[in-house]
Amino acid sequence: MSTIKATTRKVDKTPYKKAKFKIPYAGIVTWVYLIVVLLIPIAALFVKASSNSPAEIWRIATTDIAISAYEVTFVTALWAGGISGIFGTLLAWVLVRYDFFGKRIVDAAIDLPFALPTAVAGITLATVYSPTGWIGSIFEPLGIKIAFSRLGVFIAMLFISLPFVVRTLQPVLQEMEKEIEEVAWCLGANKWQTFYRVLFPPLIPAILTGVVLGFSRAVGEFGSVVIIASNIPFEDLIAPVLIFQKLEEYDYVGATIIGMVMLLISLVLILIINFLQRWGQKYGH
Amino acid sequence: MGINPSDDSPNVGKLGRGQGSDFWVKVILIGVSLLYLGLVLFFPVANVVYAAFENGVQPFFAALTISDFISAVQLTILIAGIVLPINTVFGLCAAWVIARNQFWGRTLLISIIDLPFSISPVVVGLLIILLYGKNGWLGGFLEQINFKIVFGIPSIVIATAIVTMPFVAREVIPVLEEVGNSEEEAARILGASDWQIFWRITIPNIRWGLLYGLLLTNARAMGEFGAVSVVSGNLAGLTQTLPLYVEEAYKNYQSQEAFAASLVLGLLALVTIVLKEILERRTGRKA
Repeated sequence: MSTIKATTRKVDKTPYKKAKFKIPYAGIVTWVYLIVVLLIPIAALFVKASSNSPAEIWRIATTDIAISAYEVTFVTALWAGGISGIFGTLLAWVLVRYDFFGKRIVDAAIDLPFALPTAVAGITLATVYSPTGWIGSIFEPLGIKIAFSRLGVFIAMLFISLPFVVRTLQPVLQEMEKEIEEVAWCLGANKWQTFYRVLFPPLIPAILTGVVLGFSRAVGEFGSVVIIASNIPFEDLIAPVLIFQKLEEYDYVGATIIGMVMLLISLVLILIINFLQRWGQKYGH
Repeated sequence: MGINPSDDSPNVGKLGRGQGSDFWVKVILIGVSLLYLGLVLFFPVANVVYAAFENGVQPFFAALTISDFISAVQLTILIAGIVLPINTVFGLCAAWVIARNQFWGRTLLISIIDLPFSISPVVVGLLIILLYGKNGWLGGFLEQINFKIVFGIPSIVIATAIVTMPFVAREVIPVLEEVGNSEEEAARILGASDWQIFWRITIPNIRWGLLYGLLLTNARAMGEFGAVSVVSGNLAGLTQTLPLYVEEAYKNYQSQEAFAASLVLGLLALVTIVLKEILERRTGRKA
């Protein structure tokens, strides 16, 4: 599920231009809906937040609990994005280049984290990775606690970010011509050199796009994390859960300001993703 | 695993270290991938099925007859039934505006439509509370006309509409761009009206992309947890959707009920993925 690509459409200057087909009111419907449903609520958040003095906003946005929640959220999501990047690259490679029994099913299953509701993912991950669960019980004797700890948050984020790198990388790998590899071999490169010097560089934009998409999804993830984590401040409390808790305590000011911080970060991430996609398109042509 | 070394390219044998090492690289890479998928995906998914039937078939079906479960299913279907048509109309309009027009701010419009994917669902819920809640911008007005949005079904609809907003547009835009507008222009010259062109040319051209967008919208609408849990109030039997029911049952140590409902949602995910595969084969998006 790649994001919408802003491809520039060929401008057609046919003599029939006046005969252009129009969906009546499409532009109005689009903008009115976006403004009413999305943009006004976002504006409400910023206005609400800015009714506090800047010093007050800064104080609330940087309380110890908030700082630790950002730290847990972003550092864990960064790890999840990175590990997803490594294994996603491997998975895309295996699915594009090799044939094996059950490949089609594996390929289709990659999309499960998109389709499976996060609450379901949360309860099953919490069960499997609990000290008595299938996988948790293997790690238990080693003294590693996964569910209800920061490691559990990491696992949930890993699950949620799994498809992004695979799905952004697969088409790029498929398009890549096999001849390039053969040329590299003929010129005397060994396999590792062929991969590292010839195959890998054009894949970097796609991999990074996938990593940032996965990271931004992991940063915002709530459902599966709130279930698998113990949600204790300074331990495994993530920022979205902190917002949720503040709302439950009727601390609307605190929720609004931390929500604004998270919203601003998502906006920055969108800019980064757009930049990476443009970079990837340049590489492609 | 049916790995056959002779599948490799025929001149592999001439490459010095040759067939043996190629074969083992392949086996190891596939093995590591499957191990990773097993840990992160396959075991957790298998566990949903296992836990749903852990106590046998009888308790599973008994869990599906609980009244809170049934009303959660009904509410979830109702919400999807309201959100799907709204976001289809919006998605089609937005896709047409973006794919068939060049204008200033086009890239900005695409980014705005994509916004809900990047915003945390909890923040989406927060936005709704800040606008429609008791102390929100519209709170006073809504109280006057005695229309309660937050902690009621309207807020669940709005939350779901926001988080599923991009899917249809996102799937239809590339299809519209690919088919071009020559058929539409031909129809126009032959005297067709806008609506005739839309129903007879545009819709048939984009049907698979549109269907895929609807599929994703539906899956997310029925599965949304974060945004809905902020705004719904989570009253069992009244404002509790299926994902909220799953979480509450799990928190109350009603494992059987939680996993039975999870399996129902899991089947929804399975149907979504199978239909997606079929659609992709049909449109030849996958070789």
